[in-house]
Amino acid sequence: MSAIANHSQLTIHEAHQLLKTRQISAVELARTCLARIREVEPELQALVTVTDELALSQAQKAEALIAAGDAQSPLSGIPVLIKDNMCTRGVRTTCSSRMLGDFVPPYDATVVEKLTSCHAVIVGKTNMDEFAMGSSTENSAFFPTRNPWDRSRVPGGSSGGSAVGVAAGEAIYALGSDTGGSIRQPAGFCSVTGLKPTYGRVSRYGLVAFASSLDQIGPLTQDVADCALVLNAIAGYDPRDSTSVPYPAPDYTQCLTDDLNGLRLGVPKEYFVEGMQPEVATVIRTAISRLEELGAGIDWEVSLPHTPYALAAYYIIAPSEASANLARYDGVKYGFSYLETNNMWQAMEKTRQRGFGPEVKRRIMLGTYALSAGYYDAWYLKAQKVRTLIRQEFDQAFEKYDALVTPTSPTVPFRIGEKVDDPLQMYLSDVCTLPINIAGLPAVSIPAGFADGLPVGMQIIGKPFSEETILKIAYAFQQATDWHKRKPAI
Amino acid sequence: MKLSREEVLHIARLARLGLDEAEVDKFREQLSELLESFAVLQRVDTTGITPTAHSIALENVVRSDQVAASLPPDQILANAPQKEGDFFRVRPVLGDR
Repeated sequence: MSAIANHSQLTIHEAHQLLKTRQISAVELARTCLARIREVEPELQALVTVTDELALSQAQKAEALIAAGDAQSPLSGIPVLIKDNMCTRGVRTTCSSRMLGDFVPPYDATVVEKLTSCHAVIVGKTNMDEFAMGSSTENSAFFPTRNPWDRSRVPGGSSGGSAVGVAAGEAIYALGSDTGGSIRQPAGFCSVTGLKPTYGRVSRYGLVAFASSLDQIGPLTQDVADCALVLNAIAGYDPRDSTSVPYPAPDYTQCLTDDLNGLRLGVPKEYFVEGMQPEVATVIRTAISRLEELGAGIDWEVSLPHTPYALAAYYIIAPSEASANLARYDGVKYGFSYLETNNMWQAMEKTRQRGFGPEVKRRIMLGTYALSAGYYDAWYLKAQKVRTLIRQEFDQAFEKYDALVTPTSPTVPFRIGEKVDDPLQMYLSDVCTLPINIAGLPAVSIPAGFADGLPVGMQIIGKPFSEETILKIAYAFQQATDWHKRKPAI
Repeated sequence: MKLSREEVLHIARLARLGLDEAEVDKFREQLSELLESFAVLQRVDTTGITPTAHSIALENVVRSDQVAASLPPDQILANAPQKEGDFFRVRPVLGDR
């Protein structure tokens, strides 16, 4: 590990202490991350845009506040990466798509506004699968991002750039978005902590829409304590997102204790799926036993029998919503436009043909089919009914258990190119994460160990709005283990 | 239950998505394979089950109708591929010219 990495791989709480006690300045911290970016980006390609100037001006302002003793937030002066599907005023927001290659938003997403008001320091925008559709970050229209633990492997997706940025110390933390596992799966693949909050807990205003009933923004961090700090900053009602919930958000750092006595955890057997890598199952079972040693009661024989139908339901519902959301890209108001014809329909079709990549087209086609006359009842409505059954099954499980524990992914990170031409195989890598979006639940992925030298993530799932419970369990695990402290050699 | 070429073209037209010949062939194969796999849904008994559109559903979200500032036209038009004065320039909707 390089000398630069030592400082850029601080946690938020460590960096905050150093800033507060004036052992480091916010400008120095920003410069350290920018230097680290220059050092590792040629190999990892986690970032679409580096915002040097913005970062340094934000760091100077934060530094002035800290010096005056006026910095109220633990995020003040701390460098952050933003996934490139969240609008940043004046900074290109591409969704890693040719369609939005030159798009510069005139406003900030609510989460960006909230971080900015905490005097966060934005160092860059992260690479992703185009429009967040994918599980490997190979669907970026610009370049694939590489896993810092093994550069021949994918970092997961779609928030691959955010996970790699945190794992490699290009910033102290990052924001990602999760529609079917897009925060948790890359967090697991890169050995960082990633939280998908309950649907509605964090405002989606300014998040470029993929599947509106499933999308949720959340943090990717070095540890659970940081995750709580970031959630404190971004959670809460927003009148500009009518699906954000009007319930007050608690202080998520208050739940971080290492006593799991009295908690009941369930292990649903359907998540140890056929085709799962046995080494991954072993790591997860060992990690769950650790939770038992910490005082939690474990039921190893929970059954959620509708789990095998979640993948199909998800891949009807998400593409259906996507096909409607992506209808806005018509080449008229913003984004790429095919200008070589004056025929309206031809211009629209060519704009979409050239602006979208293969996976986005595939999902638009799939969703349009499922919503089209004659197929709506058989596919879309059927999937929504199965969604009800999956949600009810979780509701019943949460009458008995405080949380459920599963692997985040059925395998370790796969090789770049291995699944890119086989959509069904690619979709299966989200098999453990997408049921959680279908039910709108919160879930966190934390480093649970390694199989063949590659990271394995453990997923802890809670009932709606029980982020405190799952963070507490994850925190207790991290107090007792040091998997989350291991860093890739780069 | 492989999709026909015509079905693929019909869906593409509904989505206003231009496809070249190779894409038509590829999507015919891939969409057919995906739908065949998703047909497991038909095995689930959903008699009497209400569909879920939003898992955390809020009902009747209302707000007061308050006047607030809008973004100025130059900012709204800054990303427009074609503009004229304070307007988006669009192609003719009726006829080609």
